[in-house]
This record gives sequence, C-alpha cells and structure tokens, in this order.
Amino acid sequence: MRRTVGVAAASAAAMVLVAGCGGGPQSGGDQKLTGDKIVLGVLNDQSGAYSELSGKNSVKAVEMAIADFKAKHGDKAVTKDITVETADHQNKPDIANSKAAEMYDRKGVDLILDVPTSSAALKVADVAKEKKKLYFNIGAATTDLTGKSCNKYTFHYAYDTYMLANGTGKTTTEQIGKNWYILYPNYAFGQDMEKSFSAAITQAGGTVVGKDGAPFPNTSGDYSTFLLKAPTLNPKPQVLGTMQAGAELVNVVKQYNEFKLREKGVGLAVGLMFLTDIHSLTPAALAGTTYTDAWYWNFDAKNREFADRFQKETNARPTFAHAANYSAATQYLEAVQAAGTDDADAVVKNLEGKTVEDVFLRNGKIRAEDHRVVHDAYLAQVKPQSEVSEPWDYVKVLKTIPAAEAFRAPSSDCKM
Amino acid sequence: MTGFLQNTFNGLVSGAFYALLALGLAVIFGMLRVVNFAHGAFYMLGAFGAYVLLTEAGVPFWAALVIMPVGLGLLGMALERAFIHRLTRLDPLYNFLLTFGLTLILQDLVKLRYGVQSSPYATPSALSGTVDFGIFDFPAYRVFILGFALAVCVGVWWVLTRTRIGMVVRAATERPELTRAFGIDVGRWVTPVFGFGIGLAGLAGVLAAPMRAVNPLMGADLIIVVFAVVVIGGLGSIFGSVAAGFGIGLVQAWGEAYLSAFPIVSQTIVFIVMAVVLLWRPAGLFGREEAPA
Repeated sequence: MRRTVGVAAASAAAMVLVAGCGGGPQSGGDQKLTGDKIVLGVLNDQSGAYSELSGKNSVKAVEMAIADFKAKHGDKAVTKDITVETADHQNKPDIANSKAAEMYDRKGVDLILDVPTSSAALKVADVAKEKKKLYFNIGAATTDLTGKSCNKYTFHYAYDTYMLANGTGKTTTEQIGKNWYILYPNYAFGQDMEKSFSAAITQAGGTVVGKDGAPFPNTSGDYSTFLLKAPTLNPKPQVLGTMQAGAELVNVVKQYNEFKLREKGVGLAVGLMFLTDIHSLTPAALAGTTYTDAWYWNFDAKNREFADRFQKETNARPTFAHAANYSAATQYLEAVQAAGTDDADAVVKNLEGKTVEDVFLRNGKIRAEDHRVVHDAYLAQVKPQSEVSEPWDYVKVLKTIPAAEAFRAPSSDCKM
Repeated sequence: MTGFLQNTFNGLVSGAFYALLALGLAVIFGMLRVVNFAHGAFYMLGAFGAYVLLTEAGVPFWAALVIMPVGLGLLGMALERAFIHRLTRLDPLYNFLLTFGLTLILQDLVKLRYGVQSSPYATPSALSGTVDFGIFDFPAYRVFILGFALAVCVGVWWVLTRTRIGMVVRAATERPELTRAFGIDVGRWVTPVFGFGIGLAGLAGVLAAPMRAVNPLMGADLIIVVFAVVVIGGLGSIFGSVAAGFGIGLVQAWGEAYLSAFPIVSQTIVFIVMAVVLLWRPAGLFGREEAPA
C-alpha cells in the first residue's frame, strides 16, 4: 500500500510540474523605441497567496497608468503603442526566472514590474542584470535587492523589511509599549523580520523579552502554545509582534482574540499586513493593531481620487502594492518620455537621483547609490469597528514617517 | 503546572480535529480500501460552506453544524456512486489519483469564486467568552470543540459496536468475502459509509471556521498530518485513528512548548513519531498485520 501511495505522489508531482511555454519572436528595430512600442511586463502571483494583495488588479493598475500617460501627453507621447504582458510566477523562483527571461527576450518587454516573494524577486534581479533590461520590484520585502544583489537595472520601489521593522518596531516601542514578545515563522523572511524588529526595538529603548520561531508552514494551524506563553513572561510584554503573513497571520490573530490577550494587556503589532488582510479578518478582530503601511487609500483627497477610479475598475480598494504598480509604471513611462528612448541605460540615467511626487510617492526620491526608491511611510492603526464608516476604510494613520527616516541608508554591500 | 495543563488542553483541542478527520478516513479506508486524498478538501468545504451560509443566507453557526455535514455527506455519496465506485476493483492507485484530482478541482473552484484571501467567520456569541477552571481560564469555544468532538467519537464508537449497522460495517471491514457469504449485502453499505466519512470531514471544517483561517488551501496542509495520524493509529483501525489523533495533538503541543529550543525537532515531531511507530509496529499502533492475500 505504501509503495502505491509513493508512486501516486510521484506521478502527482510530475503532473504539477508540467508547465506550458509560448510566445513568438519579436523583431527589434533601429528606432528610438525597440519595435516602435513600449511593453510593460507584470510578473506576479496570479492565483496563490499573494494574488489578492497584488495579482491581476496590479495589471489593472498598470493599464490605468498607461491610459493616464496617453491622456496626459496626447500627440506628444513618445508612442501610443504601449501594451502590457502578464505572467504568473506562482511564487516559485525557477518559474520567475524563466518567465522573466521569456518576457525580456521573446515578448519584447522593456520593464518588469511587481514580482512578490523575495526568493523569486532576487532571481529576476539577476535576469535583469544579465539582459540589461529594467526591473522595478514592488511586491518583495528583502533588502538584498538594494544590498548584495543590487544592480544597475533593478529598482526597489515600495517597501522592505527595514522599513517595516523601523516603522512598527521603533514607533510602537516609543508610543505603545517597551516590552515585546516576537512570534515569527521560522524561515528566511520570518528570521529576517525578527532580526530587523529586534534591532529597531532595542535601538528605540525597548526590550525583546521573548521570541519564538513557529513552524513554517504551520500544518496544525495552531499557535496557542506561543500565545499562552506571552502573558506569563517576566517582565510581561506589552506588545506581541507577529511576523506571520497571509493565512498564518489570520490564524494568529483569530487565536490572539480567542485567548483574549488584548484584555490581558498584550497589544498586537503586525510585521507585514495588507489592506486585504484586514478585510478578510474584519477590523473588529484587529482593532488597535499597529503596522507600517507604505500607502493608504483614504489618507488624503489625492489617494482617494485614485482609489475611486481603481474601485470602478476592480470593485475593490487598492492596496499599497496596487498603487505602487501604478506609480512605477507611470514613472517609467515619464522617464522614457524624457529620455526620448526606451534604451535601458538612458532610462536608468534619467531615473537615478530623480525626486518624484505622485499619488504613491510622497517626497519620493530614486536613490542613485542603491536604487532604493525612498518615500514617506505611515504608521497605521486598525480602527475599532464603531469608527469604520465605509467599507475598506479600516485604519487611521498615527504618524507619517518621513522619507529620509523610513528607509535604511544605502548599504555598503551594494556594488553597482 | 498551569502552563502544562493549558498546553495539554490545547493539544487535545488540536487533536480533536485530527481525530474527527482521521476517523472519517479510517471508516472509508476500512470499508472501501480507498485512501481518500480529497478528505482535506471536504474539510475546507465544511468551513467555507459555513461561511457562505452565514454571509449569503444568515444561517448561524449552530444550523451550519447540522446542514454542512449532512449536505457534504450527500455530495460524498453522489461522488462515490458516480466515480469512486467504478475504480474500487482496480489498483488503489486509481482512486488515490482520482481523489487527488478532485482535491485540486474543488480547491480551484472555491478559489475562482472566493479568492485566496481568508474569509472572516466569527465565534458564535454564546461561546465567545472564557471558562474559568480556577487556576487558569480557557476560551469557551475550545472547551466546546473538545467536548463535542469527544461526544461524536464516542457516538460513532457506540454505533459501530452496539448497533446492527455497526456490526455489518465492522464485519465487512474485517472479512468482506465472509460477510458476503453470510448473505449480507455489503455493497449496500459502501455508499453510506463513504458519505458518513465525508460528513465527519465537513463537521470538522465547520468547527474549524471560527478559529482557523478559512481559505481554499486550509485542508491541504492539515491533511498531511492527518495521513500521518492514520498511519500511526493503524490503517483502517477506528479506535486507533481516534487515539492517535488526540495523541498527536498532545505530542505537537508539548513539542512546541518544551522543545522550542530545537525547532527542527518540534516541527517534524509528528513524522518522527510516525517513523518510530512504523519501525516498532509496521501496521501502526492498533492495526493488524494483514494476512497475505
């Protein structure tokens, strides 16, 4: 019986591995624009864990950026032939690698956007470097993109682990409580986040009184051991910092509420959270939770205007990833317009050191040293249910973290 | 001591889910010799069904607790008639692949309609408080789950050992040919037993909705541990599956609490136990060595 099961599992795995390939060759020309057109490629998770916080709606956001660009420049636009190519990398580095190469080589893509999941994001950075084509990463958190894996053609646009830890760790320590208990998923992202948070908390004068790595993936879905432990530590932590993401975060929060930790004086801070997470957990389950947001749709009139247009297209309010994809596509097109060519080196030259202000980037600057795009970030707190006046309006911004403080200084690991 | 009791209690609560799922797998395997890979998908459908009933029709948790297991049980019976039944005479591999494919289809159908993000489901208000046990208090919902799951397991055990239906099922499980020879129509019981096993998975799913993330993949992770539980308990052994379910829940909770210095051990402890049990008793703790055919 067991041998049969093994064979079945192997054949099942083989079925899953079968992947399709497609696409025809693209001819290049000697014009200012290759093929007389611009092709933007959105490479992200279109069916898995990150498909809702970015996914297909990010493609919509990029299409909105193209429409806005055409409307703004009219006949003066460098080209009217701007299209979008999309692919699903399923959060797998090897698929991301081959899809990125296919996009650049065969689909004539000038710029790859998004690419969540750090391991996949780093692979695509290598492809961009090799093919000398542009890549704006939005969805991934790893600081290696602007550290040891940085390169001339890769820009890191929206956020990173340092920004999250610095914003939430430092500000929560200063404003809410000094003693922390950190719970993290025991793999690369979680360990990274734990280190960044511990450093930020200690620097702000706080103490990490306990930390635990929970199994990843946590097959039992149970976190009660850790949640029961938190209030018994000495000194008692005032903040539980959870680094879990997606469905695991949902499990942690549900059980945090079950064990009534908030009533026991242990507040909740979340390492990485998207608007879609709050939507699925409901604000009631998260009321009072603090986290760092790269952008919030109801922050001001400008954001709201974009969010209204986005909602017409998608029936949802945009997460920061959606807004960042819109902004990144816009800034790329503007750079091509200014440079008059889609030649990657010329566009990079135009982008480096540029200060930018748009719906996503506030006090934005594209750093030449490491290609980190810095901008204002926000410490957000989930509202109590009673203050939620309309769907999706779940948080209030406690503090704007100025662009200069929100991100780390350029790392010496980065050699362009 | 308080900590130990709390961890033990939590282990039993996790174990309650394993036990309910493993029990369903065990009765199905016993009667049909089918390793039902789709069990996790039906657990997911139970939780999702509860969510959909609540949001679309305002059906509360308590009603869902009855509607979903019955509804999924009927769906299971239909599937048994339409597909599984046709493959039982062939190599078990065929049904394994069929149910695996079924899992992918069910997961993707739910994904298509509801996306991958988890859907919210609140704890029923009557159970949202805590129960005071003197030295510690405990979420009322968890106390309820433990009691309810135990009651279901005892109920199933009573049906199997004390009723005529149970006797037929047990006889058909152990010696199908001989049971037939006594003039009992074994085939008649196959479909209801399959439906019953699926119903148990749906029941576990409804119970999980208030305390676990409700999303299309919620069963996919869990089912791997449940297979380990069934193997540890002994394939097809009813008592073994329940005992191993609770036992593995305890081992996991204690492992997380007291072996947290060795994350590698605490993360793989279920499979370590499985390996040790198989080396010691290849048929599982409560399984019998199968006589060579």
